[in-house]
Amino acid sequence: MTQTAAASNVTPLKPAQPAEAPASARVVALPTPKKPFFGPRMKTRAMDAAATFIPPLLTVGALLLFWEVLCSSPTSSLPSPSRVVTDTWELIANPFYDNGGNDKGLGWQLYASLKRVALGYALAAVVGIGLGALVGASTWAMRGLDPVFQVLRTIPPLAWLPLSLAAFRDGEPSAIFVIFITAIWPVIINTAVGIRNIPQDYKNVAEVLRLNPIEYFSKIMLPAAAPYIFTGLRIGIGLSWLAIVAAEMLIGGVGIGFFIWDAWNSSRISDIILALVYVGAVGFVLDRIVALIAVAVTRGTANA
Amino acid sequence: MTKPFLKIEHVDKSFSRGAMTNEVLKDVSLEVAEGEFISIIGHSGCGKSTLLNIVAGLTKATKGVVFLQDKVVDEPGPDRAVVFQNHSLLPWLTCYENVALAVDKVFGKTKSKAERHDWTMHKLKLVHMEHAKDRRPSEISGGMKQRIGIARALAMQPKVLLLDEPFGALDALTRTHLQDQVMQIQTELNNTVLMITHDVDEAVLLSDRIVMMTNGPSARIGEVLEVPLERPRNRLELVSDRAYIAARAAVLKFLYERHRFVEAA
Repeated sequence: MTQTAAASNVTPLKPAQPAEAPASARVVALPTPKKPFFGPRMKTRAMDAAATFIPPLLTVGALLLFWEVLCSSPTSSLPSPSRVVTDTWELIANPFYDNGGNDKGLGWQLYASLKRVALGYALAAVVGIGLGALVGASTWAMRGLDPVFQVLRTIPPLAWLPLSLAAFRDGEPSAIFVIFITAIWPVIINTAVGIRNIPQDYKNVAEVLRLNPIEYFSKIMLPAAAPYIFTGLRIGIGLSWLAIVAAEMLIGGVGIGFFIWDAWNSSRISDIILALVYVGAVGFVLDRIVALIAVAVTRGTANA
Repeated sequence: MTKPFLKIEHVDKSFSRGAMTNEVLKDVSLEVAEGEFISIIGHSGCGKSTLLNIVAGLTKATKGVVFLQDKVVDEPGPDRAVVFQNHSLLPWLTCYENVALAVDKVFGKTKSKAERHDWTMHKLKLVHMEHAKDRRPSEISGGMKQRIGIARALAMQPKVLLLDEPFGALDALTRTHLQDQVMQIQTELNNTVLMITHDVDEAVLLSDRIVMMTNGPSARIGEVLEVPLERPRNRLELVSDRAYIAARAAVLKFLYERHRFVEAA
């Protein structure tokens, strides 16, 4: 019976609970703290957004106001922004109408131009990266081709148009060729520079690992030169969009360039202004798209 | 006597530019046994990196031959993995992918995909970097980058590990830490190592033999010093060890008394 003896020696710390303890306790609901409508995190995010968007909005507002004041007199040669909106409301509201022929909404006009740019630019990107890789990797290719490129790239895009019209005998491929020949030079030159600048360290790694030429191209050369290549691609897309408007003015048909020329011939100045706004917006979006692809592909080593 | 594992025989190296010929190495011969840790020490510009590059196969010797297991070395290869001074990790790959690139290339045919993954992870664990496997080189510190560089080299399971001033660009604390890690890895794997350094303590602490090079141009091997210290070595205990002090003094004497770097003065 040592257990009971031991038990009697121990002083209980707490008196044993009485069996019939009153088990009634009221649950008091604490008042939930009032959540502010904008949490602190939301607030900083809103502040950031404001800091990003308010300055450009102010600038645009000021420019529009300036323009409005400048062109408000009834004798002014150019319409004021408010006039532009009222004049072109039909076009703004119906971007995708189609009355046959060239009488199409601005959406279709832009679509036609974008299609030409997409084709010419895609060709320029593929051929440009290929040629750039060749010029960057081989000294002899560089010696042979670089002087030719340096001369050809200074030829203005539109100067190619008569020649390509003569060669293709059709407006559509000629326009695409003009885009191609405009966009290809920055792609070639930047790719070549990127490949020539691959650090010796990476080449040493490739040599120690005994990468074969195909592995070297895909695992070292392309990723190492990717930031440069995308710089070229970004300049290229900008130039293509510049060139397409000019080329379309000359070849006619559907397309934002000819739309502008047509509007000028029928003195629809407001339509021209609206088209210019669209051209600028599309050019901006194209540039951002290539930049975002660059960031995604190079995993952040290229600048957005 | 056993046959040397790695043998450098009468290697000369000169770079010529037009009519100017600059002789960097003159008649360098060295025999390295398997599992030996050799340090090559000398002043800057004495051609020790050139010697390492010749062994790596990245540079061709003007005269002379390098044999590895009786085979002539004439091109780079994964049997002579290099840890570069500036780590040379590919910045667009994660740490894991950097090591995996080497593993896939070297063991692509002999190991299955799962085995290669395990092998890669094992090497990352060996340098205590498995926690950072999905990070990019730009997101980790210099010491960590060098550890990944070491993991990549070890992952090739090289016959000879070539270290080109591996800790030169690191701060003193990180350097001691990495030296301890290299020593520990060395006791585990018993690699044959050729390391370039200009740090006397590092050379004495890590190596079995120290090869001291004279100043260039026409640098030669001036002296080879055996380091008679038991392994495993402990940095703190060695500070007062007589053999350690003697070895250190010998190297210092060679470098600063007999072959002072004149241009640096």
